[in-house]
Order: sequence, then structure tokens, then C-alpha cells
Amino acid sequence: MENTYSDKESIANVPTSLTTCDMLGAWKVRLGIGRMNYTVNPGLYSVGNPHRESPVLVSANYKLTFDILRKNLADLDCWLLILDTKGVNVWCAAGKGTFGTDELVHRIDSVGLSKVVNHRNLILPQLGAPGINAHEITARTGFSVTYGPVRADDIQAYIAEGYNATREMRRVKFTFTDRLVLTPMELVPAVKMSLPIMGVMLITNQFAKRPFGKSDIAAYAGAILTGSVITPLLLPYIPGKAFAWKGLVTGLMGTICILGASKGFKKENRLMSAGQLLLFPAFSSFLALNFTGATTYTSPSGVKKEMKRALPLIIGAGAVGAAIVLGSHFLGKGKK
Amino acid sequence: MAMTVKKQPSDRQHRYLKNVTTLTFDSEKCTGCGLCETVCPHSVFELNEGKLYLTNKDACIECGACALNCPTKALFVNPGTGCASAFIFGWLTDDEPACDCSGGGFC
Repeated sequence: MENTYSDKESIANVPTSLTTCDMLGAWKVRLGIGRMNYTVNPGLYSVGNPHRESPVLVSANYKLTFDILRKNLADLDCWLLILDTKGVNVWCAAGKGTFGTDELVHRIDSVGLSKVVNHRNLILPQLGAPGINAHEITARTGFSVTYGPVRADDIQAYIAEGYNATREMRRVKFTFTDRLVLTPMELVPAVKMSLPIMGVMLITNQFAKRPFGKSDIAAYAGAILTGSVITPLLLPYIPGKAFAWKGLVTGLMGTICILGASKGFKKENRLMSAGQLLLFPAFSSFLALNFTGATTYTSPSGVKKEMKRALPLIIGAGAVGAAIVLGSHFLGKGKK
Repeated sequence: MAMTVKKQPSDRQHRYLKNVTTLTFDSEKCTGCGLCETVCPHSVFELNEGKLYLTNKDACIECGACALNCPTKALFVNPGTGCASAFIFGWLTDDEPACDCSGGGFC
């Protein structure tokens, strides 16, 4: 049963300050713990002491989104209409269509918004636009759609400017900090993926003439680091445009450094090092390619284009490199 | 209430592959309403004296916001997400590309 809000008292009021628990929750989802169930209930909420003429802001039911939004609404009186985006942030949900025209129409109706406010305006986050047809919303509900700024921390300035977003507020950025908070979610799956590989190394060590040692693990960890942390962080400074290329550049540099530090270029180690030089930069390149989805500036056509070129090379180099590395360990070429 | 305009930390401009976007524009149908310019997160469009220009077409990420919000269907784009793992997932499962994105910062 959905609630329609005929009297103001039945609408939950949300605070604009976050508790320690909220902040811990944010850290947890950044690390990928329980992030698929981090939700708030869809529906209508009040912030401050709103009245019938107060603005209505629309957002998603991902709790991280909800918290960032309310934190930025201090001293404002407004309504929050939270759509059911299945716990996904506005931009991704708009792309999937869950932050969409039908859901907004349904939510306006199910909360009885036209009985709560006198005006007929909705303020939507600009990044909700890929899922919303503004003209259709007006035709179906009588509410007109205004697109607000991209970032929640610009909302106060946007309202103070008479609901005007500057060109700066309309642009998506991808700052160092933006990239930094995303790297744990790149690192965690890469480490998880490594567990079976570590298993293969342990088993190999039972039979191999030359067991895997610290320097091999260092080179491997280096590839994970260059692909899923260093490439994202230094993204605009690494030459080239394709992500696979950027990951290859950092991966090559990382592998060369580690091989150099661990006598990898000595004559007896050359075959194994050649294998590592194929395998690890390819791995780094693949991890960097996977970062495309976390960025704010890649197009599907662009990603497809670079995947078509890079994936066969990554798979080829990775397979040949892995064969050489395993072979040189089994046959015991080289000694460190 | 006193407003302080927050300064964004400066960051180098990101650039991705050129000449790949599926975005097309039919100037005959355009009414110059400017909603595409409003919703575009990468300032691809510029409205000048009622006429629309695609001044920054290579920055297009094909999110589809402009085309969906265009009242006269003057814009076309094949929308999607630029996410490699989503494509790989799609190919492996023979399904639509899907990613489990939950970034959150954008709302």
C-alpha cells in the first residue's frame, strides 16, 4: 500500500546533517560492502519547514545520493520526491531508465503531490535528463520540469540565483578527488580476481623447478596497482586517449621498474622477464579499460571502438605472456 | 542567506576518442528552445541567437539526454553507457550491456 499524503504531518521530515552512522555507511559502499542494498524508501519527504509554495526536488533512492543531497539542503525549506531507482544513483539510473518518465509520473500520482503543493514545478537533477522526457511529464501530469545543477553542492547557489544554473554548474567534471573515491571499487574486484591466480602460483610451486617468489608477486601487484589505481588517478596526465593504452603505458613502466629492481634483466632471467613484460602490462591495460565505466566522459561508441582494437591484443599478449612465465618456472630457466 | 560560490578544484581537461559519437542534428526541425544545451553535461551545444551549434561534438558521451528532451526530435543519438565491463558482461551473457554502477556523487 502506498501512502498518499493528505496532511503534512504524515510526511517524514529529514535532517540536513549526517550522523556518524551515515558516514560509516558511505565508506562501506565506497569499498563495495552491501552497496546494492543501500536504499531509502521512495516517496515524499520534507526538509526544514516547507509549505504549499516550497520547491519540490526530485532524486534517487540510493542512500549515498540521498545523504549527499540532504547534507546540501541546510536552512532550506523544500520537498523531496524520491523515485524508486532500485538503489542506484541518479545518472546511472537515468541511463537504465529507472530514473525515468514513467516512474516520475507514477510517483507524482502515488504521493498525491498535486494536493501537497499549489505550484506545478519540479526541480530535477540535470543528470536525470537521460531518463526523463520533460515535455511528456508536463503533458501527463501538468507538472513542468526544470533541470537543476549537476552537483548537489551547487543547489543552494542555484536557488539563490533564482533557479539559474551557470554553465559551470551544468558541466560534469572528473576531478582528482572524484577519481580517488572510485579507486577502492577498482582495487577490490581486482584483488578478488587475483585469489585464483595466487592459487595457481601456489600449486605451480609444488612442481616447478623455479618457484614463484617475492619479485613475481611484486610484479603482479604492480600491474594491479598501475591498472586500477595509478591510471585512474593520473588519468589526464598519461599520454594518449584510449584507456587501454594508458593502462599499457603505466603497466609497462611499472613492470620495467620492478624487473629492474629484481635482477629481471640478467641474462638467465630474460625469458621469464619477457613473459612478464607481455603479461603484466596487458593485465594493467585490461584493468584500465574497465575504468571507462566509472568515468564521466566516455561514450559507448568510443569504448566499443577501443575494445575492438585493444581486447584481441590484451588477450593475445596475456596468453603468450602467461605461457612463457609458467613455462620458464616449470622448466626452471633462470635463477634469482 | 549569505552565499559563497564554491570554487571547484582545477583539473586538467579530459579528452576521449574523436569522431565516434552517433549524435546527429537536423537543423530544419530545431525550434531553438535550448533544452538540449541545458541538459548536456559536456557543453556540446551552443545556442546563439536562436540557432543551435554543435561546437563541442567530440565531447559527446551519448547519454541521450538531449535527444530524449528535444520536443521536435531534431536530435538523434544512440544512447548508452561508455563502460567496458558492461559490454563484456553483455557479450558473455548474450544480454543487454549492464553495469552495477553506484557511484552516488551525482544527484
